[in-house]
Amino acid sequence: MSTERREATPINYLNATTGWKSWLFTTDHKRIAVLYLISITVFFILGGIFASLMRLELTTPQGDMFSSDTYNKLFTMHGVVMIFFFLIPSIPATLGNFLIPMMVGARDLAFPKINLLSWYLYVAGGIFALSAILMGGVDTGWTFYTPYSTTYSNTFVMPAVVGVFIAGFSSILTGLNFIVTVHKMRAPGMTWGRLPLFVWSMYATSLIQVLGTPVIAITLALVGLERVFHVGIFDPAIGGDPILFQHMFWFYSHPAVYIMILPGMGVISEVVGCFSRKRPFGYSFIAGSSLAIAVLGFLVWGHHMFVTGESMYASMVFSMLSFLVAVPSAIKVFNWTATMYKGSVSFDTPMLYAFGFIGLFTIGGLTGLMLATLAVNVHVTRTYFVVAHFHYVMVGGMVMAYLGGLHFWWPKITGRMYPEIWARIAAAITFVGFNLTFGPQFLLGYMGMVRRSHAYAPEFQPLNVLSSAGASILAVGYAIPFVYFLWSLTRGEKAPPNPWGAKGLEWETASPPPTFNFDHTPIVTEPAYAYAKEEEVHVG
Amino acid sequence: MADQAVPMEQHSPFLQHHFDDLDQQLDSSTLGMWVFLLTEIMFFGGMFGAYTIYRHMYPGAFASTSRYMEPVLGGINTAVLICSSLTMALAVRYAQLGNRKLIRIFLILTMIFGVAFIGVKFSEYYLHWKEHLVPWMGFQYPDHPEFFQQAQILFCFYFFMTGFHALHMFVGLGLLTWLLIKNERIAFGPAYYNPVEITGLYWHFVDIVWIFLFPLLYLIGANK
Repeated sequence: MSTERREATPINYLNATTGWKSWLFTTDHKRIAVLYLISITVFFILGGIFASLMRLELTTPQGDMFSSDTYNKLFTMHGVVMIFFFLIPSIPATLGNFLIPMMVGARDLAFPKINLLSWYLYVAGGIFALSAILMGGVDTGWTFYTPYSTTYSNTFVMPAVVGVFIAGFSSILTGLNFIVTVHKMRAPGMTWGRLPLFVWSMYATSLIQVLGTPVIAITLALVGLERVFHVGIFDPAIGGDPILFQHMFWFYSHPAVYIMILPGMGVISEVVGCFSRKRPFGYSFIAGSSLAIAVLGFLVWGHHMFVTGESMYASMVFSMLSFLVAVPSAIKVFNWTATMYKGSVSFDTPMLYAFGFIGLFTIGGLTGLMLATLAVNVHVTRTYFVVAHFHYVMVGGMVMAYLGGLHFWWPKITGRMYPEIWARIAAAITFVGFNLTFGPQFLLGYMGMVRRSHAYAPEFQPLNVLSSAGASILAVGYAIPFVYFLWSLTRGEKAPPNPWGAKGLEWETASPPPTFNFDHTPIVTEPAYAYAKEEEVHVG
Repeated sequence: MADQAVPMEQHSPFLQHHFDDLDQQLDSSTLGMWVFLLTEIMFFGGMFGAYTIYRHMYPGAFASTSRYMEPVLGGINTAVLICSSLTMALAVRYAQLGNRKLIRIFLILTMIFGVAFIGVKFSEYYLHWKEHLVPWMGFQYPDHPEFFQQAQILFCFYFFMTGFHALHMFVGLGLLTWLLIKNERIAFGPAYYNPVEITGLYWHFVDIVWIFLFPLLYLIGANK
């Protein structure tokens, strides 16, 4: 009897209650995180399929596989799905949802029901977006530029716009929940200066979600109004101003880029600290630079519009402010690197993804500086140079960080270890595949290949074939973790509470954690990342 | 054992399990509402911004549309809303004191003012409709045919902005109804008055939006 009890799995959030109702009506932030994880994976696969079809078309210069109309729909739906339904919710809604209450030492987010509501809104938005796809697709580009989207496009713009509108509220509610949780739910002793850097970057992300997303909501509402009633708000033919749409759109959508990268930076700060066995170098600067990026992010939207006839002086200011974003970004990269200096660096899978992130984000960031330069920008506008730049940040940066974070906290989320060897191989394949896919696109863009076109000049073919071949390698790199993560759910080794020897409250509770996260409310007595002490004594 | 660390209030029926005490719960819900109102400011801010740009682009057309506004009805509505803010504030006060009867009275008064506002608003809409000034329903602008398209855009903004404001009034009335029912079922008092407090914040915010809409839409260039 007693041996049987010892072997039985302890009660945790996964087995505390059972049945589909216990999942679909849960208010446990950890279960909601898992729901999000499943749903965003569906959208990631969908977006990936659209991308693969595009790369397949682009292996030959002629438009032979899809008509230009179909191709327009492919890149639009790739963008809409990946940005609004994968990248924006990716780390915040899964890892953020799972970890923030635990990292601050709380039993749940401040508003558990609103958290569940946000998932339902996400699903509702997703259903509208899917219905747009199933009915025949959208061809406006993910940016929904007017007056094409409001007047001329004969595709299913409305369901897509409604889907993005609804998903936006899901994002707002997540951000609101995080802000209140960080302000009001911290455990005794968890001062602002002791918050993990992941929480700081999620806090900065939440500020953008809360301040930016309502603006895209009202913009999309105006697009819908204009498309249905056609009163001329954005139609220059009857007195409207299409550029106004672009201003309003980018007022959100540029900060949204930082919604997509800041959480990744938070993950990297955690991972680099843990696998260097050191407190991240310049804690307060990493934390402050997250806030600086959030603030500066609201002041640079005009750099998407250098060629739309915006005033030259406005362009100069936007250009200079865009350069400024490089400062906090560089602070982070330098600090991560400095953290590794004289650290005890190990090469576990999350760290491999972190290495990938730092290198690829640096390339993406530096090419961002080139694009912020007015003259260069005019030269490469609407070319693959831009495509390569933001994929280096979004895929090379955010997706790498997302996978790194998923590996890092997988034992905590599921209570199981993934196979380390396979994981390292997958990380390496992803890195190689990514560079092969998007590296050539910098060259193509600089040579003048325009984006969003299904046919191109024959001299661009070799680099395009290279890029498509790289995409197939990248797909393998993503498929392997998908398989072994599923495998690990039943066959993986049982995870101890703290497999990495990491610091942070989430590692002090069981894996997987109990429903209320901690058996007793934790009391924090030491600063974040108190790694070094013992080992320094050891070495010195 | 965790119970020892947490005071008696753990057993308050109003305390949700994930909060330590009622103070933390009140602080959190109040901050949550403030953050939500921040998102609302950005939401209406987008509208005000777009409206301002068109007003700047088409000053002539704007001056011509001003003539069709109803500043008297708008003024009455402003007064109605300010009164409703007072009754709402009193409802919050009596919720803090735990006076069920006065809470009921002031909630009902607030709702009456709210309904009156919407009634006046829709009668204004009806007047505009009779004058063929609704953009997508046979819009006509015979006095200044040269401004036809621009005036249509400006009227579109008028209906869009006041319409979204009215939508918020409807949501507010829904919240007040919910409070009215809740007030009969549970005892609001010094220990627990969060729902009244945060609904009050919301209601005042919707009033303030109107305080900005009224001069922008009705008073500037009014020449009736």
